Amino acid sequence: MRYVLLIAGDENASPSEDVTPEYVEWMKMVTDRGLLQGGERLRPTSDATTVRVRNGEVLSTDGPFAETKEQLGGYFIVDCKDLDEAIEVAGKIPGAKAGSIEVRPIWEM
Amino acid sequence: MTPVETAEVQSAITDAFQQEWGRVVATLIRLTGDWDLAEECAQDAFTKAAERWPREGVPRRPGAWLTTVARNRALDHMRRDQLGVTKLQEAAMLNPADEGTGVEEVPDDRLRLMFTCCHPALALEAQVALTLRTLAGMTTPEIARAFLVPESTMAQRLTRAKRKIRHAGIPFRLPPAHELVDRTHALLAVLYLLFNEGYAATTGEDLIRTTLTDESIRLTRTLCALMPDEPEALGLLALMLFHHARTASRVDAAGDLVLLEDQDRSLWDASMIDEATSLLDAALRLHRPGPFQVQAAIAACHAQASRAAETDWLEIAALYATLTEMVPSAVIELNRAVAVSMAFGPAEGLALVDGLAERGELRGYHLLPAARADMLRRLGRSGEAASAYEEARDLAGTEAERRYLERRRRETSV
Repeated sequence: MRYVLLIAGDENASPSEDVTPEYVEWMKMVTDRGLLQGGERLRPTSDATTVRVRNGEVLSTDGPFAETKEQLGGYFIVDCKDLDEAIEVAGKIPGAKAGSIEVRPIWEM
Repeated sequence: MTPVETAEVQSAITDAFQQEWGRVVATLIRLTGDWDLAEECAQDAFTKAAERWPREGVPRRPGAWLTTVARNRALDHMRRDQLGVTKLQEAAMLNPADEGTGVEEVPDDRLRLMFTCCHPALALEAQVALTLRTLAGMTTPEIARAFLVPESTMAQRLTRAKRKIRHAGIPFRLPPAHELVDRTHALLAVLYLLFNEGYAATTGEDLIRTTLTDESIRLTRTLCALMPDEPEALGLLALMLFHHARTASRVDAAGDLVLLEDQDRSLWDASMIDEATSLLDAALRLHRPGPFQVQAAIAACHAQASRAAETDWLEIAALYATLTEMVPSAVIELNRAVAVSMAFGPAEGLALVDGLAERGELRGYHLLPAARADMLRRLGRSGEAASAYEEARDLAGTEAERRYLERRRRETSV
């Protein structure tokens, strides 16, 4: 089963410019196990633009679609045996320590 | 058939339902991977039994008969819907082709089902509902009544939980070794929650809730049989039985709660207490202590005292101290304070209770002022005792408790 692991955290808490060694290690682990299918880091919500169409008109506004304490900072796509395996690898993502990881099954079409 | 025989068949069907429902559902879930289909086919098998057993007699092994009938039903269904060819072959391989005689050995899948129902990715209320539906075979309306929620709410809760199991890929298997301890504890916590929901119900209108007590004991028995080396499961079963043995003395003729110290101990079920005692001994011999074993040991101290005055409060206070270290909890500290007041005097207990009250974690919990009131009463501080009883009464959740506390308040005021 494929899952998206959404990494949420406080983006104001001193983000590092480079990929940290902890993330490199995690990605090596899931790659070696053949689970990783993709993933990206996202620029902070201050660089986000939200787009809506209302009455046929395209409206764009500065910022994310919801103001929350934790923001989406990145994601991985993994192909796991079941939810237990997805929870196991999600729990090893460095971002899980300060923030949280939402494990979402992909709705296969 | 004579009426006596009819009654025998009826009780065989009732027994089979209690003993085999969970097993049949668990096997069908493993074979089909479809929770709704599993329940539906199990239901069909029991309906068929009710039709056929009175005519043909009760089969030698009712469980195997029911499983075979349910499985054949599932096979028909899967063939019709052309579902999962592999699953179909797997299920068919187990088919001995002699429907109804049921001679094959069916592996017991109930433990997997228990762990799946109590998977931490499901909300606690969903875990509880799923356990009662799939393992105990309670119907959705029964579960709804037991938890005092509308039937539609409970139906939706069950549907959502089953959908999440399917869509999120919650596996139908035993937890991996490194998670077994935590997951077992979570499973035991669900069973204990069920027991307490049923145990707290005392009045006639809550009668459906008392079936929760019976079901939780039955499920814990099953768990003990499936995990014989798990001391906490044995400890939990012992704890439940120590409490359950006192059922007849807990409520008086008027439906009022009777305090442990005032209960007629001759009404206690001695053989149940004996069974609990040997279960606890068996648990302790495994030398892996845990909170349920400690709580059972506390219950044993009460159960084994032939009069309230003979209760070994020193031992109980020491056990509560151990329990507080294992599971830090303000409620347990309150119980410890009560034990200390019995072992060393009300002044010592009151100091602990006042300390707890100051921390504020138990604000709104009626048993704190109730315990405080009792200690103040024993110290002869009647005025303060009466107002503490009043505070407790206003916070109490059930009518029986309110009546009891009001009675104590009046007795203290005079």
